[in-house]
Amino acid sequence: MIRLALKMLFGDTGKYLMLVAGLFFATFLMAQQVAVFCGLIRWTTATLKNVPAPIWVVEGRVEQVNETNPMLDTDVTRVRSVDCVAWAQPVYVGMQRVRLPNGNFKVIQLIGIDSTTFAGAPVKLREGKIESIRQPHSVIIDDLGIKRLAVERGKPVKVGDAFEINDQEARVVGIADAMTSFTGGPYVWTTYNRALQYAPSQRKMLSAVLAAPKPGISPEDAAADIQRTTGLKAFVNRDFSLDEGADKTEFNTSTIWWYVRNTGIPISFGITVIVGFIVGTAISSQTFYTFVMEHMKHLGALKAMGASNFKLCQMLICQALTVGLIGYGLGIGATAMFGRGALANEEPPFYMPEIVPFAVLGVILCICMLSALIGIWRVSRLEPAMVFRG
Amino acid sequence: MKTDSAPKLKTPDPQHQLAVHVQGVDKSFGDGNARLKVLKDITLDVRAGEITMLVGPSGCGKTTLISIMAGTLGVDAGQVTVFGENLTTMRKSAITRFRAQNIGFIFQQFHLIPTLTCVENASVPLLIQGVSTSKAEKKAREMLELVGLGDRAKHRPTQLSGGQQQRVAIARALVHEPRLVICDEPTAALDAKNGTIVMDLFEKIARIPGRAVVVVTHDNRIFSHADRIAQMDDGRIVEVHDVDRDAPPVISH
Repeated sequence: MIRLALKMLFGDTGKYLMLVAGLFFATFLMAQQVAVFCGLIRWTTATLKNVPAPIWVVEGRVEQVNETNPMLDTDVTRVRSVDCVAWAQPVYVGMQRVRLPNGNFKVIQLIGIDSTTFAGAPVKLREGKIESIRQPHSVIIDDLGIKRLAVERGKPVKVGDAFEINDQEARVVGIADAMTSFTGGPYVWTTYNRALQYAPSQRKMLSAVLAAPKPGISPEDAAADIQRTTGLKAFVNRDFSLDEGADKTEFNTSTIWWYVRNTGIPISFGITVIVGFIVGTAISSQTFYTFVMEHMKHLGALKAMGASNFKLCQMLICQALTVGLIGYGLGIGATAMFGRGALANEEPPFYMPEIVPFAVLGVILCICMLSALIGIWRVSRLEPAMVFRG
Repeated sequence: MKTDSAPKLKTPDPQHQLAVHVQGVDKSFGDGNARLKVLKDITLDVRAGEITMLVGPSGCGKTTLISIMAGTLGVDAGQVTVFGENLTTMRKSAITRFRAQNIGFIFQQFHLIPTLTCVENASVPLLIQGVSTSKAEKKAREMLELVGLGDRAKHRPTQLSGGQQQRVAIARALVHEPRLVICDEPTAALDAKNGTIVMDLFEKIARIPGRAVVVVTHDNRIFSHADRIAQMDDGRIVEVHDVDRDAPPVISH
């Protein structure tokens, strides 16, 4: 009977294609939009990935990494004096404007790190050595920077090229692999002291203190100790977590929740995902219902010939699941292709947590079951005697 | 397609096995003032080995009566027994199983599934019973041979004439060797030639021991193929008589 159900389905080419198209559209819209949302939200924590340190200490009212409140330079020594802390170093994080040799300008994310310990240096250098930033006017740019800071399209920036940051020379001595920033500006690393020269002068310039716990002490315990001792806010730098209280102690989590609460990004993407769900449900339910209605006389004949409601339900569920899985497969395939392109170009943002394909599959199967249920409801009420009435 | 021995004048045979026994059946549709009684105290026997025709004007209750005989419709009062099984006391699921095993259907509109081939259509009743596809299609092919459509097994219904489609429907009705075959206006959509072919097939079926064929029809061209004719009017059986197969039709409609 399953084979028969599939033949009935595939035989009605128009409806079959319409059902698959509806579910493909729903899958693609939901998976792609969620992945772009996750990618974009992940970009908000790019600084935490690109400036690695177990603990970030910031001013007491700071909630997210892209909106720091400057502290006094002496706060570094206050953090160092905490018992649990192995080391603590200053870091400058701020957006600055770069002027290119052709007069064009670009916004960058300037990172100033300690020139002795290189705490907060890029995780992976593609070209050059980290020690080179000790040379005068030296900077390391990220892989996005080699395209964004290029004078001409197709002529990427290379080691040895120079540009200006606030009218001061900056010469590229290395290129790092880094995560793209939320603002889209490339990351530029230099020493802490030089960063303070590049940046317009302010009374307080220290963005944060990077710290690490002593051996045998967890970052959480050390962060709690720093907070207790200094009155500053200390976050651990692990990864986004849904654990209770993580938004207060983990900086990625705190940053992401800040964007969720304070921007329209989740609502905007959420609406698109809901539209995908509604349109997918509407198209597939309506088409499947029409499909069932058009086959009602055949289903009635099967019922008259002794097919039980259970068997007919099995047939409808099989048909609905088949179009669902085909539409889902095509939709996820298209999303994967989109993601591949996005990751190759480094834009738009794209990050698909493992749970997303499963969650979308669950939603698609729900849509299919809903569509099938409408058909089942009709078939279960179908009087087999109707086939005699023509 | 005619049977080898043409039937003579039929006389009631007390030894004849009773296929269907309808006793005092009432059936109404609708509620309140709109309630319409379509069957009134119907009593009728259908004997095995015979073609029984139900005839009468439109709206007299013929289709309702065969629906009740087939177990696709319940009764308000009375009893329906098919090959000894009282359908009025059986649960719905049991009736469905009984129907799958014992009753073959031939519909006026054929109701063949257009996306299936003839052999797949003909195998449906066996698939409903859970027979494997290969076995069901083998049996369906034999049935298509029997109705003269062996060479059309892989065709789809839309590629066949009306007469050929009806023969596929007959193959489908017989593939699971049902004891009772119920036909609703089987020749209404057919020309005289195809109508005769179809009725010859019914006669062949009815002569298989233990089988019975009930035909609802308006088509007076086929009355001569009946063994018994039950005349209905206004929800009642007004006359039942055996047919002299050698004489011209006695009922005009």
